[in-house]
Amino acid sequence: MSLPVRVGTLLVAFAAVVAGAVFIVIHYLLGGPALVDYTPTASGGQVNVVLQEDPQNDSTNTPDWVSYYVQNPANKQWVHTTLFKVPAGTTVHMTILGYDGCTPARNNYWSHVQGTIGGTVNVRWVDGKGQEGPAHNVSLINTWSRCNVGHTFAIPGLNLFVPVQSPDSTASLCSVSPCTSGPHSVEKFSFRTPNHGGTFRWQCYVPCGGGFIDGNGGPMQTLGYMMGNMEVSS
Amino acid sequence: MAASEAPATTSPAEPRHARRIFLIWIVLALVADLLIWFLWKPHMPPGDMSTSAEHQQTDIAILALTAAPVMLFVWTYFGYALTNWRYRDGDEDDGPPIFGHTGIQATWIIGTAVVVLAAFVFGTVELIIPAGAGAGEGPLPVWKPDGSNYLQVQVIGQQWQFTYRYPQFGGMETTQLVLPQGRPVEFHVTSLDVIHSFWAYQLGVKADGNPGVDDVAYTTPEHTGGFTVRCNELCGLWHGAMFNYGTVVSATDFETWASTTETQLAAVTKILPPYALTYDPTVIPQLGQDVVKVAGITGANGYYYNPGDPVQP
Repeated sequence: MSLPVRVGTLLVAFAAVVAGAVFIVIHYLLGGPALVDYTPTASGGQVNVVLQEDPQNDSTNTPDWVSYYVQNPANKQWVHTTLFKVPAGTTVHMTILGYDGCTPARNNYWSHVQGTIGGTVNVRWVDGKGQEGPAHNVSLINTWSRCNVGHTFAIPGLNLFVPVQSPDSTASLCSVSPCTSGPHSVEKFSFRTPNHGGTFRWQCYVPCGGGFIDGNGGPMQTLGYMMGNMEVSS
Repeated sequence: MAASEAPATTSPAEPRHARRIFLIWIVLALVADLLIWFLWKPHMPPGDMSTSAEHQQTDIAILALTAAPVMLFVWTYFGYALTNWRYRDGDEDDGPPIFGHTGIQATWIIGTAVVVLAAFVFGTVELIIPAGAGAGEGPLPVWKPDGSNYLQVQVIGQQWQFTYRYPQFGGMETTQLVLPQGRPVEFHVTSLDVIHSFWAYQLGVKADGNPGVDDVAYTTPEHTGGFTVRCNELCGLWHGAMFNYGTVVSATDFETWASTTETQLAAVTKILPPYALTYDPTVIPQLGQDVVKVAGITGANGYYYNPGDPVQP
């Protein structure tokens, strides 16, 4: 092998190693779900946050994983992430659109609404034709009674535990994410963020990780799907 | 024997090294043990919030009392040797030959045997007297506290949160762990999914939480105040965030809290499964059958996931 060929091979190999290292850094270390910042929209000590939970997602690698989406307050577009940021000492008015079907919780204790202002959530259904049902306040949504609860939204650090009502079990669920139509529940509740900054993890307590042991792997343990962080800025 | 063959290696002018080393060591050891017992022990973990914690604190202090003289003897001998027997300029002679010494050998063997046997006896007694020393004893505990007025508290682990059931208060379940001062507590630790470990640090209680297993541990809170509960078994991504805080309150305050909470949680308690030592989360009595086979459970790709379905890729 001539000298130019050997030098060329060496340079190509070196470039490949460098490219691999750059890919790893960008893809695994710097990559990850986006953070949706709600702090600019906070006003008068209050902020509105909107999430939806879907039976699938729009990623190419794991399209069959159930997933939450966060609405960008600036353009109302849905962002495939579970990271959002709110101000400290603020009342968060949360709206969750529940598009996914029902699964019982492993512990029916999670049927109990805890940590919301008033200890209740406001629930109403929207059918597949967009017709809205009446809204009602509840403090308990029994995950073990008929087809009731799709997922939960819980911030253990704030003792906030909210079951999210699933839509009518007989209707066809939304099949394209992020969902913009199809039967779903609209659940509203409010809670206070602490007066100090910090990161508060949130998660779902329904075993919705299909294909994993106890249903607790996959989306249940991956940022951007069924668990995430609420950043509280001081 | 070698001892009888040992030549006299100490000249009349040579100081009595053994006596010097012993005197230095005994003074240091005495000072160290006094400092350990009176200054350090009160601050040793896990504190004295409960009977089990108090015994663990004493155990650690006594181990330190035992270990300190041994460590100081090594350091004293090392320092003395460096000071007195180090190489000096012009000293080209070999050191004195070393021979066996029956007395030293016997002292070493007997001494270490006594220390190890004492540690064995002490450890066993300290496991029995404080009723298992706050450790999980499995479903059939051997050591129990005196009396029968236990407060039963079931600890249920789930990725990633502990909840607590109080069977003597209607089987209510809550995320708060509140205990009364001065009353023995019988923890029943279990899990609904993977392995967890209930570690009430300041109470000196640690018991594994395994699915389908009832792990019993005892303690008696002696002081009011807060304590930390952590999961002590790697249980998934948010294992590090699986902690909460418990409280020990007076017996009167506990009764007030328990009866109030029982009333507040009555609606939730109604929909919980009957209190049991373990639970199979794939069987939901309200649905009347094994939930894995229930038709109409449409979430998460169409069905509920039991422990063996399917194995994680």
